[in-house]
Parts: sequence; C-alpha cells; structure tokens
Amino acid sequence: MNRLERVLAPVALITLLLLLWETVCRAARIPAFLLPPPSQVAAALVEGAPSLALAAWRTLSMALLALAAASLFASSVGLFVSLDRTVENAVRPLAVGLQVTPVVAIAPLFVIWAGIDHPGRAIVALAAIVAFFPIYSGVVTGLKSADPDLERLFDLYGAGPMQRLLRLRMPAAVPAMLEGHKVAAGLAVIGAVVAEFVAGSGGAQGLAWRILEAGNRLQTARMFAAIIVLAVMAGLLHFAFQALEARALVWWRGR
Amino acid sequence: MSDGEIVALVGPSGCGKSTALRLLAGLETPTRGRTRLAAGRGETSMVFQAATLAPWLTALANVALPLELAGAPRGEARRRAAQALQRVGLGGSQGARPAQLSGGMAMRVALARALVTAPRVLLLDEPFAALDEITRRALADDLLLLWQVERAAIVFVTHSVEEAVYMAARVVVMTCGPGRAAAQITVEAPLPRPAGFRATPLFRHAAEAVSAELALVMGASA
Repeated sequence: MNRLERVLAPVALITLLLLLWETVCRAARIPAFLLPPPSQVAAALVEGAPSLALAAWRTLSMALLALAAASLFASSVGLFVSLDRTVENAVRPLAVGLQVTPVVAIAPLFVIWAGIDHPGRAIVALAAIVAFFPIYSGVVTGLKSADPDLERLFDLYGAGPMQRLLRLRMPAAVPAMLEGHKVAAGLAVIGAVVAEFVAGSGGAQGLAWRILEAGNRLQTARMFAAIIVLAVMAGLLHFAFQALEARALVWWRGR
Repeated sequence: MSDGEIVALVGPSGCGKSTALRLLAGLETPTRGRTRLAAGRGETSMVFQAATLAPWLTALANVALPLELAGAPRGEARRRAAQALQRVGLGGSQGARPAQLSGGMAMRVALARALVTAPRVLLLDEPFAALDEITRRALADDLLLLWQVERAAIVFVTHSVEEAVYMAARVVVMTCGPGRAAAQITVEAPLPRPAGFRATPLFRHAAEAVSAELALVMGASA
C-alpha cells in the first residue's frame, strides 16, 4: 500500500496538472507557439521519438564519457594530493576556482580550442570539468575520513604509509567517493547540455541542439518534448546512480 | 607497574586519563619528562570507548588486521584471529560485519583484536562506557577470566567507581590542573572476583574510599 502510494501520488498530481494545463490552453485560446497544450506536446513527442532518442543518447554518452574522464582524473589527483599536505594546500584554490567559475563562461574558450569541427570534444571536456570537483572533493575528504581511533591503532601496530593508505584510508574513502560520483553524474548532464548550448552548432546533435533548433523555429511543442526527454533522462540517471550507490554501500558495510 | 597487574584510572573529565593511556601506548610524546615502557612494539594493545572496527572488514579480518600489518602471512593471521574470536565467545561470528553486530559483540571483537597479538600491556580507554549495565558487567567478568589466561598487564580508564573497584587491583585517582595521580587505593581481593563480590563489605569500603578521594579531587579543582 505504502509503495503503491509512493508511485500513485506523483502520477496523480502530474495527471491533474496536465489536465489543468490542457483546459486552460483550450479555454483561454493560448496560441501554440506561446504555450502548446499537453496533447500537442505528446504528439510532438511521438512524432519526434526516433530523433529525440538519438539526441538523448548523444547527450547521455557525452555526459557519461565526461563522467568517466572526470572520475579517472579527479580520483588520481585526489589520491596524489592527499599524500602530502603542502600539495593539497597548493591545489585547493585551483580546484575551488575551477568549481566556482560558471561553465558557461569558459565554454567559448573550449569551443575555440576544440575547433569548429569537433564540438563534441569541447562538450565532453566542459562536462568533465563540471563533474571534476564533487569527485575530487569526495576522494580528498574520504581519504581523511577514517576513524581517528583506527588511525591510532594503525600507529600502535606500526603500520607503514603504504599499508595505511591501502588498508585504512582507501577503503574508508569509499562512501564519500560514491557520493561524489552520484553528484558528479547529475552535474555532467547539466555540463554537457550547457556546453552544447554555448557551442550553438548542430555538430553534436544532442538534446540541447533539439531545443535550440525547435526554439529558433518557434516550434514550442517540440521544445517541450525535448525538455521532457532531457528531464526524464537526467532523472533516470540520478535514480540509477542512487541505486548503484545504495548497492555499493551494502557491499561495503555488509548490510 | 608489575607484570599482569590491573590498574584503573579514575578522575574528573579532562584530567588527562586518556592522554596517560596514549602516552603509555607511545601514541603521544610527553611535553615534559619521559615515559618508560618495558613493552616493545607489538606488545601493547589498545581498546577504545567505541569498538573502532573497520566497517568494510569482517569480524575475522578485523581481528587479523594487527597480525597482517605486522607482516604475518594471511593464513596464519586468520587462524590466530579465529582462535581469538573463539576466546571472546564469538567463534560463530567470523564472517559478520561490524554493522551486523550488537554493541557488546562489537566490543568483544575489539577485545579479540587487542588480544590476538598476545600483548604484555592492554590499555582500555573507557571500554564499556557505551554499553548497557548488563552487557558491561558480563564483559567485565569475561575480561577478568581472559586476563587469568593471558596475564597481560591491564590499564583501564573509567568513569565508574564501581567498575574500577570491581576490575582493578589498584585504583589510581587522578586530579586536574596539572593532571597527576592524587591517590591510590588497593583492592585486596582475589581476581577474578568471587561471585557476589559487589555485595561484600570489602567492595563497599574500597568503593567508598575511591569516591572520597574523587570528591576531594573534584572539590580542589572546582
């Protein structure tokens, strides 16, 4: 019952809102280019399904590629940095600077560097930059998150620095690392979409391009369709990573 | 301290009881003076207020950890760890993760981990403070029985006068600012304690003596 309710309640609310939207659009005769009724959006969704699916896959694959690159890079930098306090202090302002600079601001630079023919590269690089920080910060805090009393026990047992890293700090870092990857996955999608908007060309053919293209032609229903696909895709990705994190934590903790 | 002696440290909070233990463990260096340790590396073990187990390891792997860190081969370490778990009454929980153990069981695993290296000195920092009274008493008796076999010297910090008198042959009352030993009370009774020891006049007198010293110390620092 409770589980059913958790599924039914949002479905009921969404249905209600869609009905309201449809009724208002029809009653007030709102022009379709301003606000198309849900029925038209649905039609656009069905009609554009193949191309939307392809665009979604392009955006998703760029985001996932960026996530993988960010994971590899951020984890190794985080691991390296945590070995020495001076290095960590030296890197911190750079990492924070990278995080607080809006991706929109640096996107044009990357588009230039990647070259007009390869907007995909710029998009992956930008999404990776956005995904870098949560993973990096998860790794760095995670490596420091071991129970101080366990650290004392390792002192007492005369553990060497390598033993400490491999048998205490790295396993202790797992939960924070998982959390960092979950946050980064969401950010990678946002980063990819923003970068694609800035690149502004059809070269990458992702969901952002679908939105731009439909917007330029005032095909508002198609814009809505692309936005819905984007939201659903990002939502599914979030839930997938959440489930993955929960699974991995059970494995880590044994419960 | 003599070999195999049990000493309790009691005193108000913030008097350096835990610091005294860490000095004994060689985990901290004194600001002045020296600590004299007869026990060498690997001959001192420590148990903290919380069980402090690695959540990603099984009970067996947690207990085997000190041996493996000291370079013992894995099979040998696991075999001795299994024996240590057996001794604390957890032979059947080898594969359990800390998250699956109750507080008392986790504490027993921590105790097994401390005993697995056959230490000469066992340091306990408020080891049972986080447990309920029944579990605490059961563990105190078990610890004394284990001590009878292992014969390690035990130093433990506690807030409980009762626990100090019940478990220790010598109770040291510490005082604040500067932290130092204010008094010592010897408890002249066989260890492990005979049944019903808590009801004997001897236990009551010792407990009252410790309480009186504590009151003195607290009065002086307040």
